[in-house]
Amino acid sequence: MDFLLNEEEKMMQDMVRNFAAKEVAPLAAKMDETGEFPVELVKKMGELGLMGVDVPEEYGGAGMNYMCYAIAIEELARYCGNTSVIMSVNNSLVCSPLQKFATEEQKKKYLVPLASGKKLGCFGLTEPNAGSDAGSIQTTAVKDGDYYVLNGNKIFITNATHADTALIFASTDRSLKHKGITCFIVEKGMKGFEVGKVEHKLGINASGTAELVLQDVRVPAENRLGSEGEGFKVAMYTLDCGRIGIAAQALGIARGALEESIKFAKERVQFGKPIAEFQAIQWMIADMATEIDAARLLVRRAAFLKDSGHKFSKESSMAKLFAAETAMRATTKAIQIHGGYGYSKEYPVERYFRDAKITEIYEGTSEIQRLVIASNILKG
Amino acid sequence: MNLTLTEEQKLIRDTAKSFAEKEIAPVINEYEENHKFPAHIVKKLAELGFMGMNIKEEYGGQEAGSVALSLSITEVAKASASVAVTMSVTNMVAEVIQEFGTEEAKKRFLPPLCSGEYLAGGFCLTEPDAGSDASSIKTRADKVDGGYLLNGNKIFITSGEVAGCFVVWAVTDKKAGKKGISAFVVPADTKGLIVGKKEEKMGQCASPTNEIAFSDCFVSYEQLLGTEGDGYKIALMELAGGRIGIASLSVGVGYAAMDCAVKFAKERVQFGKPITEFQAIQWMVADSYTQLDAARLLTLRAAYLKEKKLPFTKEGSMAKLYASEAANRACLKAVQIMGGYGYSKEYSVERYLRDIKVTTIYEGTSEVQRMVIAREVIK
Repeated sequence: MDFLLNEEEKMMQDMVRNFAAKEVAPLAAKMDETGEFPVELVKKMGELGLMGVDVPEEYGGAGMNYMCYAIAIEELARYCGNTSVIMSVNNSLVCSPLQKFATEEQKKKYLVPLASGKKLGCFGLTEPNAGSDAGSIQTTAVKDGDYYVLNGNKIFITNATHADTALIFASTDRSLKHKGITCFIVEKGMKGFEVGKVEHKLGINASGTAELVLQDVRVPAENRLGSEGEGFKVAMYTLDCGRIGIAAQALGIARGALEESIKFAKERVQFGKPIAEFQAIQWMIADMATEIDAARLLVRRAAFLKDSGHKFSKESSMAKLFAAETAMRATTKAIQIHGGYGYSKEYPVERYFRDAKITEIYEGTSEIQRLVIASNILKG
Repeated sequence: MNLTLTEEQKLIRDTAKSFAEKEIAPVINEYEENHKFPAHIVKKLAELGFMGMNIKEEYGGQEAGSVALSLSITEVAKASASVAVTMSVTNMVAEVIQEFGTEEAKKRFLPPLCSGEYLAGGFCLTEPDAGSDASSIKTRADKVDGGYLLNGNKIFITSGEVAGCFVVWAVTDKKAGKKGISAFVVPADTKGLIVGKKEEKMGQCASPTNEIAFSDCFVSYEQLLGTEGDGYKIALMELAGGRIGIASLSVGVGYAAMDCAVKFAKERVQFGKPITEFQAIQWMVADSYTQLDAARLLTLRAAYLKEKKLPFTKEGSMAKLYASEAANRACLKAVQIMGGYGYSKEYSVERYLRDIKVTTIYEGTSEVQRMVIAREVIK
């Protein structure tokens, strides 16, 4: 048992911490305000190996593990909810399933450019009537010779406005329900595949979240990821991985809230002394710090289990549930500690608060995490 | 980072688990109900090596490490918080003597603490007017020929009437404040050490808690721990280590309560199906186990840092704060899941709920933990 980071993990932490503070932090508020997708930063992240952290070098990745990935996301999310989710989606929701389910040809063609950051990926599962109940998707894929013809609408797709490659889940047999779902690799520019409405949201405003419209899109059969009917399995595996990324993102946002609060509380003088000297403030800080450490340990446990080849579904759900709720509590307290300044855009904590909220919703709501956790415990 | 236990840690944990299930769980209720100390159980635990887990072999200990100790306390606590707290405190008494005692004191007190010849060790720090504010103790140690005379009253002393020896804190220099406090190791049979009233408590009733009075109680120079004035430092060291013990205990009680509730809920049918099929119940299960897993990780991290001789003050307080509060919530939910049965003495969860309450109080209240954590993170 070793709770300390090893050399490689420390190196990753230092590198991303430095990058986040120097290059990402100065742009984070502006990005939030304008909603412009951070194209240049994402390019730099690719050059640093952050777009395919656990992908082997031969497939364009950094050849590290999920622990390093979780560490990197936390550091990025400390300052910026947008770049961290863009990174998380490309890594866990696109590269991870490609690594596990793609053929050698598919890996060469799609994984290499995605993992090296030359191209960007997105994950098309959610639909207007299929959120938590992912098995009820209505997008269809009909076999036609060497092609599948896809029709349907995907919504709330992170990275959609700038993605080159999309994993699209569609039903090849509606009567089989979730067992009739198949996953396809769909490329930007395929005829009938368009970006639809761009979402206006509470937070993570620069994540390129949009609708994807598929109208008679002819996808070559060789672009099927996994076999027919295997899509639900692909999606569930992917979301298990994704939860580690979002948990790490929530953790980073919570840490940002704590660090900003400590800084502020030491400087802010009321009743003749810094407010950090009042127990009312100390209590909030102590609880935030404790929960954040607990969240980090849950995140790293899930990453450790994945890296060492163990089951990690329950543990990644626990990490996601706990970290997301910690982020929400921590950012709420951060605004409270900052008072009026916290509510103002002059300080970053109101942005952290808005960004934190989504971590309780995307890649499985807190309610879905509780379902996963409870079913794992109750079947035991 | 690597969360795999060593083979030795696994073996020790499994030994504790098996002992708790076979030797403690079946009989502990009787002791709890009669407020009786389970002497033979504690003796057997000592014989298995669980009372001197961080003590060197030359003094009769195991040198098993703080992680193994934490894992063992958790397993024992699943059967009995009373036995687990005895184990936690006794181990820390031995650790304090090993760290600060004279060679003579180590040779005299460590072997009987480790072997079970002493049923327990005790700490005499708390006084009627010195709880969280431990530096305000009034018990005096006045210099006399060859040593000191102790005079004063200590309260809420865990294992008071069964311990073979105590670590006692007293003021050697009234003017020096915190630096005027010293610590001594005192055998229970010393003249002038008077075991007083046994507390009637809400829970942990098989662990006696007593007043201890000192009346012209003579202790020699060899019984002084560290040097004069080291007492406060020793108290902080003891409390930091003790917090990991109480965190480990809390985690064990919390899991035990939830395991019992889950077993019950799977069989309990209402509205035509097992109540585990209702989300109301699933949510309580998911939240409790998530929080207990978080508590266990915080606890093991603190134990790991202590074992590696790295700073662990903040981490120990985080573990104690979070584990005790998460376990309190888990025990409350366990009673709620079981409804009327949970409130009844027919099942053990009402005892777990009573037992767990003190974990947010002893070895530093939650409020003291928050003070420590805030101080560490704000600086």
